[in-house]
Amino acid sequence: MKHLLSIEELTTAQLTSLLDLTDHMVEISGRAVPKVPALRGRTVASVFFEDSTRTRLSFETAAKRLSADTMTFNVGTSSVNKGESLRDTIETLSAMGVDAFVVRHKWSGVPHMITEWTDASVINAGDGWHQHPTQALLDCHTITRSFGCGNDLSGRTVAIVGDVKHSRVARSNIKAFTMLGAEVVLVAPRTLLPPEFIDWPVRTVDALDDVVGDIDVLYLLRMQRERMDAALVPSLGEYSARFGLTPHRARQLKQDALVLHAGPLNRGVEILVDPADLPGSRILEQVRTGVSARMSVLYTVLSGGSVPPTGGAE
Amino acid sequence: MAVDHRAEVLAATDVGRALTRVAHEIVERNSGVAGLVLVGMQRGGVWIAEEIARCISRFEGQVEVPVGSIDVSMYRDDIALRPVVPAAVTDIPVDITGNTVVLVDDVLYTGRTVRAALDALLDHGRPRAVQLAVLVDRGHRELPIRPDFVGKNIPTHLSDEVDASMTGVYVISAPIEQAAGKKAVS
Repeated sequence: MKHLLSIEELTTAQLTSLLDLTDHMVEISGRAVPKVPALRGRTVASVFFEDSTRTRLSFETAAKRLSADTMTFNVGTSSVNKGESLRDTIETLSAMGVDAFVVRHKWSGVPHMITEWTDASVINAGDGWHQHPTQALLDCHTITRSFGCGNDLSGRTVAIVGDVKHSRVARSNIKAFTMLGAEVVLVAPRTLLPPEFIDWPVRTVDALDDVVGDIDVLYLLRMQRERMDAALVPSLGEYSARFGLTPHRARQLKQDALVLHAGPLNRGVEILVDPADLPGSRILEQVRTGVSARMSVLYTVLSGGSVPPTGGAE
Repeated sequence: MAVDHRAEVLAATDVGRALTRVAHEIVERNSGVAGLVLVGMQRGGVWIAEEIARCISRFEGQVEVPVGSIDVSMYRDDIALRPVVPAAVTDIPVDITGNTVVLVDDVLYTGRTVRAALDALLDHGRPRAVQLAVLVDRGHRELPIRPDFVGKNIPTHLSDEVDASMTGVYVISAPIEQAAGKKAVS
């Protein structure tokens, strides 16, 4: 595997092997000295054209735990402000010797474009409304390991609640959860569903109360106020009333139901209880797992040998 | 004839005897089992470490020697030269600091995996000493690594493969390639 651009391009076998590899990375992350020499001498450049705290730091931590060197490109203080094009920026960084680019951009498809301009591996850390594959990977790991069900989510129902339309997290997760066998329910007002959802293997309902007591996983999406260019919901208050996780709804959740959120939290909008009070909350576990899942991705794209296995190298 | 030649060098009973002797030697060398930890190298060494621990508790009475397993993929020197995929997750149930660790593997060959295992092990603590036990030493070392306990020394050709399991040890040689190789050398 040279790049990770979307969940769509993975086979189920590739997805589950990334999840299994994440188990190793969790073990490494739990050590007193959480560092292995696997990627010594490789350079990972994070190129973020959009704001991010957890994803960028998570990738950088992951790279460091594998002993890779890291470069951070900060668009605010870069030559992009002098008019340098995206392509020139990538080619300039490549010339310094980058083995993997971790890319976030507000336009869908930018990571894919970058693969044409460099020999390095490219990992999509979120492109527009399109994909956020490492988020899906860490979510799948968090959920399957919480349930202790191997890599199999068949017979389990995951509700993805909120702004599906603007959410790359939703697009990646719908695909990943269904690959593992889960049933996915989208809970959103029609205005926050993209037109293409009718082709997806999902069920939709338009009120959280319809499903809250029957689901195994409640996945809350962030209301993306920075992407709202039209009045898609009447008011945030009305959104919360219909789709927010209120204390009342939290009590209706199944005993062993999990609550996930990709962060950052909009407290008082999509979540109206303190996650610390939710026994099923895995929100901090998602962040912890995120580092290990990204180690798994970095190791996979950077360790792929070009020489076939020789065998007998005991 | 393109037929692989598969020769049995140890039968199942021989494997059992060899490991029993290795178990005795480990206890003898360390004057008992106090502070002893067996760590099997994923994957082939794990069952051997467990078998040695069973032997020890059989003849030393009710003692339980802790057994762990270690995956060395992240420490290998051939990452990116060939696909290196980890086996099972490392599991070392005790603090190895101050203890004597016996690394256990099935076949000792180039010594590169043992080198990786030493680095991996030292990331888990500072053992008082590390010793190496293998079921088969097939030679062809590429690093200055020497086993402390050997079930059986088996001279092999570089192109041979060694298959070691509880049911026996076999050397598999590919006659066709071997013949072609000899011609090229002479």
